Amino acid sequence: MPTLIKLDAGRFVLANDPFTAVADDEGLPLGDVIISFTRFQAEGERLLAEGRAVGVRLEPDEEVEALAYDLPRISVVAVAFPKFRDGRGFTSARLLRERLDYAGEVRAVGDVFREQAGFMVRCGFNAFEPSDGSTPDIWAQAVSRHRHVYQRAADARAPAFLEREGG
Amino acid sequence: MYQYDTLDKEIVADRSREFREQVGRRLAGELSEDQFKPLRLMNGLYLQLHAYMLRIAVPYGSLNSRQMRKLAYIGRTYDRGYGHFTTRQNLQFHWIKLRDTPDILDHLAEVDMHAIQTSGNCIRNVTSDPYAGATVEELDDPRVWSEAIRQWSSLHPEFSFLPRKFKIAITAAPKDRTAAKVHDIGLMIRRGRDGQLGFEVIVGGGLGRTPYVGPTITEFLPANRLFSYLEAILRVYNRHGRRDNLYKARIKILVAALGAEEFARQVAEEWAKIGPEGDLPDTELARIRGAFAKTAFEALPAVSETFEAAKAADPALARFARNNLRTHKKAGYAIVEISLKTVGETPGDATSDQMDVVADLAERFGQDDIRVTHEQNLVLPHIRLDDMPEVFARLQAVGLASANVNLISDIIACPGLDYCALANARAIPVAQQIAQTFADQEKAEAIGELKIKISGCINACGHHHVGHIGILGVDKKGEEFYQLTLGGSGAEDASVGKMLGPALPYDKVAAAIDTLVEVYLRERRDGERFLDTYRRTGVEPFKEAVYADAH
Repeated sequence: MPTLIKLDAGRFVLANDPFTAVADDEGLPLGDVIISFTRFQAEGERLLAEGRAVGVRLEPDEEVEALAYDLPRISVVAVAFPKFRDGRGFTSARLLRERLDYAGEVRAVGDVFREQAGFMVRCGFNAFEPSDGSTPDIWAQAVSRHRHVYQRAADARAPAFLEREGG
Repeated sequence: MYQYDTLDKEIVADRSREFREQVGRRLAGELSEDQFKPLRLMNGLYLQLHAYMLRIAVPYGSLNSRQMRKLAYIGRTYDRGYGHFTTRQNLQFHWIKLRDTPDILDHLAEVDMHAIQTSGNCIRNVTSDPYAGATVEELDDPRVWSEAIRQWSSLHPEFSFLPRKFKIAITAAPKDRTAAKVHDIGLMIRRGRDGQLGFEVIVGGGLGRTPYVGPTITEFLPANRLFSYLEAILRVYNRHGRRDNLYKARIKILVAALGAEEFARQVAEEWAKIGPEGDLPDTELARIRGAFAKTAFEALPAVSETFEAAKAADPALARFARNNLRTHKKAGYAIVEISLKTVGETPGDATSDQMDVVADLAERFGQDDIRVTHEQNLVLPHIRLDDMPEVFARLQAVGLASANVNLISDIIACPGLDYCALANARAIPVAQQIAQTFADQEKAEAIGELKIKISGCINACGHHHVGHIGILGVDKKGEEFYQLTLGGSGAEDASVGKMLGPALPYDKVAAAIDTLVEVYLRERRDGERFLDTYRRTGVEPFKEAVYADAH
């Protein structure tokens, strides 16, 4: 079981994960699951009817807009980072928050390192499966490392140009 | 020079502390080189043939004397007493020890400098006009926009893991000294018909394996909409740029594959969705403009008696004035270009002692302002003509008075096989041989503007594609050969050079250049530069002469 860290009311905490991540070629276990978007299109209706919570794994080459219609009934969007250097997931997360107004869990899965923690939070991620052994403390420290930011993003942080107006 | 405020300083300090921790984890063995590599590459630290190379950002090529002295100090303390100015207006140290890098970054932070985003697949240092704020040609000061872009792009949460590196150039003068058309984005400041300020936006230029002169995707973008538009371009690229092949990952490949029109349409669509929410408030742009140190110019006569008399007495000064001085917007001042292409030296290198002298000159005579050009020279943008004799004498004393700016020996060369793990061939010694061949100043001046650019491999760090004469090092069965191209330009008349013929061996290159020059001198008409003659005659006379000699 990978570690799951959640951002909860401004704090990073270790969380129990009720979801099982299921690959396309695996059978479905009982309970809540995270499945690919393709599988969700085929089986989502039935799984939801069974009363399960369903999450969708979004690969970097999948357009996040395709989820728009189903978002209200998707419990988790697990944005996949198959490689550290593939940054498409940052855009997907921002658009989920800023354009599609998704308020549910946006989880970073795959090659997820503390070096990206700050960027991820800024782009709207609120759940993380670190692959570098990070604990919630390490994660929190990485996120708060930079006292200021220059840009607007999907979080509530005031960029430098607004901080300056206040100061 | 933009003055950092507390926020700017703290952002750099936080980044510096983060890197210290990462180096600590590497030295303690908690990170393998494989794991450490992407981290160091986000802070300009490369592992080269002999040692680590640290690339330090010189934002839009602008330095003050304190910063230049700090670079001199770092060169003396942690390197071998010199540094290398690059074609992206940055500075590289080639003999760095990993364990020293956190201390070096702290030293840099003390003078508001850093190595943030000087490597990695992110938005790199912005290139701008080295004559900004001094040239009479410009419509606005491009440094204001450059600094705003520097801030916006620094540690950008969405655009720090792009398909590939991303370079933006910005100029406000019709004469382009930034190579804007061969950048990922080139911004050219324009005035609309109603006098409004805006940008012509060029996207998808580039060099490397597949050189392109970038197409214009919007003729006039209102200036206050710049940041939402940049966000739109970057988002389209981040989502759709290729990630399957390192060599097809730059934005130029996406623009070429979609076609400029379709790419522009996608950007416009995204831009409409972002809206003015993505723009920087006018108040912040005004703050940045106000945070540039004021220049104080005196009312002076256009002609300086002192300078005229000194030139009449000293032909070397007169020659320097002819070749290295440019018209300043204020009467009685000049823009002084300092060539880092002294014959026999490595193009772009400056010793720590030389850096200190340039810093002293800037402080004492030049409004504390120094620039780096993308052609690897330095500039003192605001020198009183009255002070020129003394400035020249002091430059001369440290070997910085070469009067060859834009001439045949003002050669751009990448570090090549002498330093770089990617290179196929040496570049620096080729540049030195050519410079030797044309060491005769009279002859060099008679030849006039001729830009030679040399790259040691197809990655084209020496910009050979846009050299009037380009030279590309290739490996042929373990031997160094050189492919010549003619007719390139990185300026406002940008074009990609065309191959002359089969590659030449190392020891035939300088002679071939000599032959090309002979053909030019024979064929040229009044006032033509080498490039103009080539464009008129085509390649034939040049090709015939070079390969006739070879047979």
